[in-house]
Amino acid sequence: MEAYLFYIVATIAVITGVYLIFERNPVFSALFLIQTMVCIAVLYILLEAQFIAAVQIIVYAGAIMVLFLFVIMLLNLNIKEESKNALPFQRIPAVVMGIVLFAAICMIIKSKLLQGKHGEYTTAYVNSVGNTKLIGNLLFTDYLLPFEITSILLFVAAIGAIMLAKRKL
Amino acid sequence: MITITHYLVLSAILFTLGVVGVLVRRNAIIIFMCIELMLNAVNLSFVAFAHYLNSMQGQLFVFFTMTVAAAEAAVGLAIIVAVFRNKETVNIDDINIMKW
Repeated sequence: MEAYLFYIVATIAVITGVYLIFERNPVFSALFLIQTMVCIAVLYILLEAQFIAAVQIIVYAGAIMVLFLFVIMLLNLNIKEESKNALPFQRIPAVVMGIVLFAAICMIIKSKLLQGKHGEYTTAYVNSVGNTKLIGNLLFTDYLLPFEITSILLFVAAIGAIMLAKRKL
Repeated sequence: MITITHYLVLSAILFTLGVVGVLVRRNAIIIFMCIELMLNAVNLSFVAFAHYLNSMQGQLFVFFTMTVAAAEAAVGLAIIVAVFRNKETVNIDDINIMKW
């Protein structure tokens, strides 16, 4: 059951990823990316990361992609504009080098180098306490400083976005 | 049985698609979306490692990556809007004023 779900969702994610690249209309590209992100959220649930799956839907598919769609519709882009490509010979080498990159990553995965020490958070333990509660506990104890720095980062990003997008201050 | 290798290969495929998209497309917004796809692929391998190594650190790192991605999207899209206001285009071949 789990295996079937994984293969179906993974196939949809890859197909929508391909459409994201080769779709001419930016609005459709954004919608395909939303589909990919929802598929990845399903995979997070399969990996028993329920909190991350919810955040993926809310923050990525909900907030970030709506921002993208807003900007695409705001700029009212001309689809034909992209046809005047200054580097037409770049396409085939890009695809070839992409395949080479994929082969390199697969070789690293196959080499059994990716091993690590097993931690204490087994599935039974996580299910007895609750995924969200464990993440919250860790965020406010061991990872308190990065959490606070993140708030400053978001604050600075908001100020920067307003500064850049405003016509005159 | 789904092992960690399945998730890592899927993550590699999605990351490669993002890289190819950045190299192939000329529209700045679509390049930006491909970068988001690469971030998502890396997040997937983080969560896969966290699950198969019985750890929680991977999920916390994904949490922080998402925050950074949100900040990056806000600033990046503001830059694209500013560039479009000045040059009337988001085609990266036309935005070459810093080339020399």
